[in-house]
Amino acid sequence: MTTTLTEAPPPLSPTAPERTPPRRRGRLTPYWLLLPGILWLVLFFLLPMVYQASTSVQTGSLEQGYEVTWHFATYWDALSAYAPQFLRSVVYAAAATVLCLLLGYPLAYLIAFRAGRWRNLIMVLVIAPFFTSFLIRTLAWKTILADGGPLVGALNTLHVLDVTGWLGWTAGDRVLATPLAVVCGLTYNFLPFMVLPLYTSLERIDPRLHEASGDLYARPSTTFRKVTFPLSMPGVVSGTLLTFIPATGDYVNADLLGSTDTRMVGNVIQTQFLRVLDYPTAAALSFILMAAILLMVTVYIRRSGTEDLV
Amino acid sequence: MALLTWLKRHLVVLAGLLTLGYLLLPNVIVTVFSFNQPKGRFNYEWQHFSADAWKDPCGVADLCGSLALSLQIAFWATLGATVLGTMIAFALVRYRFRARGAISSLLFLPMAMPEVVMAASLLTLFLNMGARLGFWTVLIAHIMFCLSFVVTAVKARVMSMDPRLEQAAQDLYAGPFQTFLRVTLPIAAPGIAAGALLAFALSFDDFIITNFNAGSAVTFPMFVWGSAQRGTPVQINVIGTAMFVVAVLLVLASMALGRRRTRRKA
Amino acid sequence: MNTTHTAPAVRQTGGDVRLSGISKTYGSFTAVHPLDLTVPRGSFFALLGASGCGKTTTLRMIAGLEEPTTGTVSLGDQDVTRLPPYKRPVNTVFQSYALFPHLDIFENVAFGLRRRGIKGVKKQVEEMLDLVQLGEQARKKPHQLSGGQQQRVAVARALINHPRVLLLDEPLGALDLKLRRQMQLELKRIQTEVGITFVHVTHDQEEAMTMADTVAVMNGGRVEQLGAPADLYENPRTTFVANFLGTSNFIEAEVGSHRGDDLLLDACGDRLVLPRARCGAPAAVGTKVLAGVRPEKISLAHADDAGAVPGDRNRLTGTIAEASFTGVATQYVLDSPACPRFSVYVQNVDRDTRLVPGAEVVAHWSPAHTFGLDAAQDAGAGAEETA
Repeated sequence: MTTTLTEAPPPLSPTAPERTPPRRRGRLTPYWLLLPGILWLVLFFLLPMVYQASTSVQTGSLEQGYEVTWHFATYWDALSAYAPQFLRSVVYAAAATVLCLLLGYPLAYLIAFRAGRWRNLIMVLVIAPFFTSFLIRTLAWKTILADGGPLVGALNTLHVLDVTGWLGWTAGDRVLATPLAVVCGLTYNFLPFMVLPLYTSLERIDPRLHEASGDLYARPSTTFRKVTFPLSMPGVVSGTLLTFIPATGDYVNADLLGSTDTRMVGNVIQTQFLRVLDYPTAAALSFILMAAILLMVTVYIRRSGTEDLV
Repeated sequence: MALLTWLKRHLVVLAGLLTLGYLLLPNVIVTVFSFNQPKGRFNYEWQHFSADAWKDPCGVADLCGSLALSLQIAFWATLGATVLGTMIAFALVRYRFRARGAISSLLFLPMAMPEVVMAASLLTLFLNMGARLGFWTVLIAHIMFCLSFVVTAVKARVMSMDPRLEQAAQDLYAGPFQTFLRVTLPIAAPGIAAGALLAFALSFDDFIITNFNAGSAVTFPMFVWGSAQRGTPVQINVIGTAMFVVAVLLVLASMALGRRRTRRKA
Repeated sequence: MNTTHTAPAVRQTGGDVRLSGISKTYGSFTAVHPLDLTVPRGSFFALLGASGCGKTTTLRMIAGLEEPTTGTVSLGDQDVTRLPPYKRPVNTVFQSYALFPHLDIFENVAFGLRRRGIKGVKKQVEEMLDLVQLGEQARKKPHQLSGGQQQRVAVARALINHPRVLLLDEPLGALDLKLRRQMQLELKRIQTEVGITFVHVTHDQEEAMTMADTVAVMNGGRVEQLGAPADLYENPRTTFVANFLGTSNFIEAEVGSHRGDDLLLDACGDRLVLPRARCGAPAAVGTKVLAGVRPEKISLAHADDAGAVPGDRNRLTGTIAEASFTGVATQYVLDSPACPRFSVYVQNVDRDTRLVPGAEVVAHWSPAHTFGLDAAQDAGAGAEETA
């Protein structure tokens, strides 16, 4: 126990000498350490939220200026006008998150338990793409999914596009500019954010637990279900959050790989803010998105029972 | 039958390698297309091999200027976020104080917030303040969203540090400042370095928040975004490939160096 | 040894560690009750007790790592209570050593000298590393050394500063048994060689008795008894000390009468003699006392040979409940009306084959080996905590 962790206890014994000047120069130290960083977050994270909240209930125009009129109707108008985009954001992000989990788990498992001396190299290969700007890499998907390209051709021959077309994920013999392309891009972009936390929690599992489980008559699949997966839950939870949250607000993939029919709420906010200059509507949309995400995240964290994420 | 058993045993490995392929495929494309000689303005279809872009990576107007601006912003944002974040991490691990829960939540929120929300609200603030958008507004925003990531990285390292090491330093005649300089800081250094590296990567590659708050300044991601509308020069593939290769080489070199050092000392 | 490097702020006079009325409370929990303790100069002093007894807190208050709630700490005639650890001429060998992982062995040992701005540390460090037989390892990092080597580095790193007092916090706790025995002798040798006062905290009673000149047994934040190891072992003043140091049998008895310098006790029909000087409890006729005796002081005779036991011995009849052969000795547990689990250790000189479970026996010992304690305390205190 360090002295800094305990409050100065009052002298209980009656024989306590009268001079007990505590040697605690460090009382204010934590506040000085916290002050600059926390002030930064208050000024440039919290305060903007307040401004945004106030902007969302203002009316007026660019020319005449805006005024707070508590015009809550903006929220209702924004919601009803852009409900499809909201829905699309949640559906695309959820699909991308599930795909990331399905694709990322084997990779994380491979690095944690099966890679042996290749472990470091594979880790480098997972992280290294980060150093090529994600926009450049997303543009590369335009080439990969190009109309008439080898991949689309193969999918067409195998009649996969007929199935996806029937499901509404693709249109005709195109993949580009369809929901499938957007989800594919989202999955690609956020996959490392799933793999890394999964790997961290898998790596902590003692491989002897697998042997113990096998020794106690569990088949490999049972071992996975009853031992490995439950122990990797912290990684699953933080991985899904790190994937789902940014995916919901993303507009880059929808813009580069999608079409006007795949616009997500991020696209709307961006357009309203930077092109249409309808600040109240943009602020209201952004606020709804934030509230929805915070709500979903809170419920999810409560449900999965992992409270300490930071 | 034997093949089936083999497949079953190595299913995880195969699936993992497929995912790895999925992750690396775009980088392969980026590299290959850095040697393309496209027809028209867009570099999406393979035409002829050409090393022209590699010979003249700055041959496109504003490209290298935007790269320099991005590096500059990433440098200062990393410095700012690392200093502020390290201070917070130490306070959180080493001291008990009021409002601890509130501060933890405040640190978690930027990580749990879609970028577009932070981008839009920051722009609202800057517009209301009448601030001129540009280098400084981007820097402020980058320090803000990198801060929490640095705190997380440094905190993990400081938490795993044995408090007795600092007590031993004090016992051996090191005052508080000397203890911090000679023991605490060197031991926390890997965590601080990890946080700084993360901050650099996040800042350098950020697009959404930058796009909202940059005004007329153009960072490298913004240049790429703009070129996606106007026409993509081969040079952006050259720069993307070069950065990938440099990063991999740097990591491999540091790994080899570390391995040789431990072998020599053992 | 070169002792010219006296640490700052203290003159070389007196020579004791003196604790006057120091105590430590955390909130409502009292880790150390007000305590007075004097450690003579140049002695090897052990604080012995189970975990949580306050021994480490006491040590940390001497080091300056913990601030006493009340009382003062003096080194010689200087009050150091308010001095921070880095201004005290005291050095510590930490539990699990706390070697700086980012510095090599040489720099670890040189750390204290460098902080005090001493020039030409190279020669001193090399000498010190030779003293602990680690001259070859100077450029290795701590994690490349074995546990025993790390332990020696920790000792060297503290000793090179020529502290007034060297504090050792469970320094051998992380080592295996054989290495621990070896290091005990090693530490004792170093202490004799450098002549510095050692204060050693341990939960291992054998370690404390092997190494220390004086042992203070602590329990529940208080010192139960203080003395030379043999004195503590032979004359424990509480059941805790009697049980924590070795094993003791306790027989509930009542003072029947006085005879000269002896007390005559009644214990369920058996009569025991206890020298009055060895009774630490009120001895008026009719008071209850616990009569204690160590298992190895006792001899065992088969009931058939009861007549051959000399008449001046204390004796106890019973049946053998358990017998376990340990090599050098055989440990018996007797079932006796006066004491339900009575331990006897018999050296394997001539083994009596009749002494098997179920046999009727007489246990007998010299009255001079009996000690008397206050019956108000728990006879089992400290027994299960022995390491």
